[in-house]
Parts: sequence; C-alpha cells; structure tokens
Amino acid sequence: MKRGPGIALRIMMALGFAFLYAPIVILVIYSFNASKLVSVWGGWSLRWYESLFQNDQLLDALWVSLLVAAAASTLATVLGTMAGLTLARVPRFLGRTLFTGMVLAPLVMPEVITGLSLLLTFIAIGMDRGFLTLIIAHATFSMCYVAVVVQARLSGFDRSVEEAAADLGARPGTVFWRVTLPLIIPGIVAGWLLSFTLSLDDLVIASFTTGPGATTLPMKIFSAVRLGVTPEINAIATILIGLVATGTLVWSLALKRAMARRTQQG
Amino acid sequence: MGWTQRITILLPYLWLLLFFLAPFLIVLKISFSEAAIAQPPYTPTWDSFQAVIDHLSNLDFYNYEFLFEDPLYVNSYLNSLRIAAISTVLTLLIGYPIAYGIARCGTAWRGALLALVILPFWTSFLIRVYSWIGILSAEGVLNGALIWIGITDEPFLFYPSEFAVFIGIVYSYLPFMILPLYATLEKLDPALLEASADLGARPVTAFLRVTLPLSLPGIFAGSFLVFIPAVGEFVIPELLGGSSTQMIGSTLYAEFFNNRDWPLASAVAVLLLMVLVVPIVIFQRYARPGGAA
Repeated sequence: MKRGPGIALRIMMALGFAFLYAPIVILVIYSFNASKLVSVWGGWSLRWYESLFQNDQLLDALWVSLLVAAAASTLATVLGTMAGLTLARVPRFLGRTLFTGMVLAPLVMPEVITGLSLLLTFIAIGMDRGFLTLIIAHATFSMCYVAVVVQARLSGFDRSVEEAAADLGARPGTVFWRVTLPLIIPGIVAGWLLSFTLSLDDLVIASFTTGPGATTLPMKIFSAVRLGVTPEINAIATILIGLVATGTLVWSLALKRAMARRTQQG
Repeated sequence: MGWTQRITILLPYLWLLLFFLAPFLIVLKISFSEAAIAQPPYTPTWDSFQAVIDHLSNLDFYNYEFLFEDPLYVNSYLNSLRIAAISTVLTLLIGYPIAYGIARCGTAWRGALLALVILPFWTSFLIRVYSWIGILSAEGVLNGALIWIGITDEPFLFYPSEFAVFIGIVYSYLPFMILPLYATLEKLDPALLEASADLGARPVTAFLRVTLPLSLPGIFAGSFLVFIPAVGEFVIPELLGGSSTQMIGSTLYAEFFNNRDWPLASAVAVLLLMVLVVPIVIFQRYARPGGAA
C-alpha cells in the first residue's frame, strides 16, 4: 500500500500510541514527585529513589528475580532451541502432534492453571518449593516461546544450505555448529531475552511455585500495590523501564550494525 | 536418526511431558478428591492402579457438583467470559486502525512504528497494569485533570471498577492484537484496492468489501490471542477491579491460597480449561508451525 494513511487514520494512530505510552510516561514523571500524595505535585525530587536503595526487602527480591530469570532463561533457551529445531527439521516422529501441542499450549494457557498444576506436581514428587522449583516453572513456559522464535527463524531458511555442507563432507555435528547455529543465533538471542523478561515479570506462576526465601520482585510489588500506589514502587518501576528501554535500544542498534556489515560484505 | 537428533527430540519432549502434561493429570486427579485439613490439604483418592479402576466406576464429582450449585462460581465463570469478550472487541476496535495505519505507511516508518507497538510489551506487565491505578483512582491524574478543566467537581469512580478492568486488558493485550492484524494487512495487494476503486467503489466500500474480509485471518488470530488469556486473567481484575468484578482466575487463586481447598481449586482449573479448550484447539490449528499463520 503506497498511499500513506489519511488524516482520520493518523489521528486514530496518534491516540492509540498516546494510549500505549501515556501511563508509562506519567508513572516515570511521578516517580520524581517530592510529594507522597499521588495527586499533588510537590516538585522534582529523588527521595523515593533514596528510600528505595535503603529498602533491603525490595532489593533482595530484585536479586532473587534476576538470579531466577538468568537461570531459567538459559535453561529455557537450551530446551527451546532443541524443541524449535525438532519442529522445523524433523517432519515425522512418534507423537509429533502431541509434541507440537505441548509446545504451543503454554503460550495461551492461563497462568493460574499453569501455576496450580506445577505446584501440585512439585508436591506430588516431593520437591521442596524454592529457587529450583521457580526456575523449573519459568523454564517450562519460557522454552515454548524460545521454540516458536527459533522455529520461525529456521523456517525462513531452506535445508539446501545444510545439505550442501553435508555433501561437501561435513559431519552432522560440524553442520550444526558451522551452518545451522550461525543461522539461528539471532533467534536464540531473542528467545533468551524474551525468556528473561517473561521470568522477571511473572507474578502468578511464581506465587504458586516459589517457597520461603525466594520471594521475587513482582510478588513484593504486588503485595505493596494492593495497599495502593506508593512512590517507591514508581521509582523501581522507572528503573526497570529504563533498563528495558536501554537493553532494547542496544540490541536493535547491534542488530542494525550486524545487518549493515552483512550487506557490506555481500 | 543419529543419537544427537534423538536427544534433541527427547529432552524437550520429556521435559514437557513431566512439567506440562503430567501436571494436568495431577490436577485432574486431585479435582476428584475430597478436601482434608491435613497437609497437603487433600485426600488422594487414586493411590494404586487398582484404586484407579475402582474409582472410575465411582467417580467423586463432589467438587464439580459444588461448583455448579454455588452461584458464586457460575457467576465468576460467566463474568470472566463476558469481560474477556467485551475487552477483545474493544482491543480489536482500537488495534485495527493502528495496524491498518502502520501497514499503509512507507517501509521506513513501519519498522519504527512496529517497534513502538512492541516496546511496552518488554516492560513489566505488572507495572503497566499498576500504572493505571495512578491514573484512574479518585485522586489520580485523570480525575485531577477533569476537575481542573471543570467537567466535574466530584471525582469519578473509575477505579476500582469493571471499566478499569476493560482498560487494563485492552492496554496489556493491544500488541497481541496489532501484530497479527498488521501481518495480514501488510500482505494485502494494493492492486486489489486500485481495482475496486477503478470499478467505482468508494473508499468505505472498498474497505468493507475488500480489506476487511481479507484481514479476517488476522482478526481471528488477534482475537484469540487476547480472549484466551483474558478469560483466565488474574492480575488485572485483582488490581483494577473491585470486589464486584470477580473473575475466575481470582476465584481459583482465592480458593487455593485463602480457603486452602486444593481439590476445589483443581476443579475450577479443570472447568476453566474445558471452557478454553475449544478456542485453544482452533487457535493451535491456526497457528501450527508451517500452517496458515
């Protein structure tokens, strides 16, 4: 469609994007509010950031969340990449339909069901709830996202490249490390980042599957937020948003540079 | 098939069997047990293979009967379906113009606008829902602005309310609606629109008779992606809805954590899954790798 959007459409788009970003912008601005009251603007201040860095409970929870997210997303990336490779490259094996179903279902499964069922499983097999159960739970739903991303990336390339390498005498392991892996590495990195974010963000599944000593940041935020808006939460939210925005920016710049280099070479 | 390939298939397969499929069977089993005060708070009724056989001839539907007898559960099921359906329609109405507009932009703009749609998805879902409390509450930004303009003297009760839940769902799931819509709209051949214009169709007619029907796959995919998780949504009704907007996700959570009735919570989960299984199967058929999507 070459013709640009008309004026009515432009207005609707502007409103739509305002709707998407206004709450985040307002949240960030109010995290610098000196007043404790949400409605009253008391001038710019960093007092909520100061009190945030003295709040050991919140900082501990942040640390737990980061540890769990790092471990779970790494595990999810390994398992998910395998699942993605299987979906894209193995057309027939026993129970493929079941496998496909199990990879896709968690993407739309209500979190309360996933959380409850995993918790009951951990109890049934006698696992103490804590870090490990949390990591397993997060890895399980994240791996499905990784699988879909890797599978999508692989289906964009036909097998002829891999076949050519095999014809030239490369053993299957060599083909994977030298041909397939470099092709899907952007998908794998994107999958890891996605898993990390999903894990860092999860409240419901974590509430079910965690135990004493492993309270995550979203759980802490949730219990604080239930009592109303607190400027400290605004401050930690702003820090998280800043981290994500920076990460996304760096990632897209790196991607752009890599693309530019590839076009230069080609 | 080499052994490396076998491991590549088997490892994720076994993992999903152990941590995705088996858990459902356990929930199913516990939903047929009776609540007990002991730890863990349920009496397993299927202990051995023989017990399973015995049990199948005499299934304990106690929890399910209870669910259907108590209007609290029936209402919260129906409420969830209604709220999810209304929110899905609202998300479609807001998402369609955005997706359509992006698809009509030049390629230089498209990438940037799509990134703008996706970016909020990368920031915390919990925080994005929470940010609406600061806007909608009685002393919030919106009421402050309305009072300042002079539209009202008394603050509106936007929060907590069902209205706030609609906003929360639309806001959180908008990217899931826009992306599949954009994917189908972008593929739309402009020659079709030119042809319909040449044949005398006005833009509105062309949109209704050409663009809209051709974007149906995107509409379906987006609507499922919003509707299915919205039915079981927990965080949004819990934070933005009052006690009057009970959705099934909150009911399950309360049954488990507050009442500690695990079998009943399991029965709620099983019924929720049964309600969702039809849309999930349709969605999977649609989104199967290598399929239409």
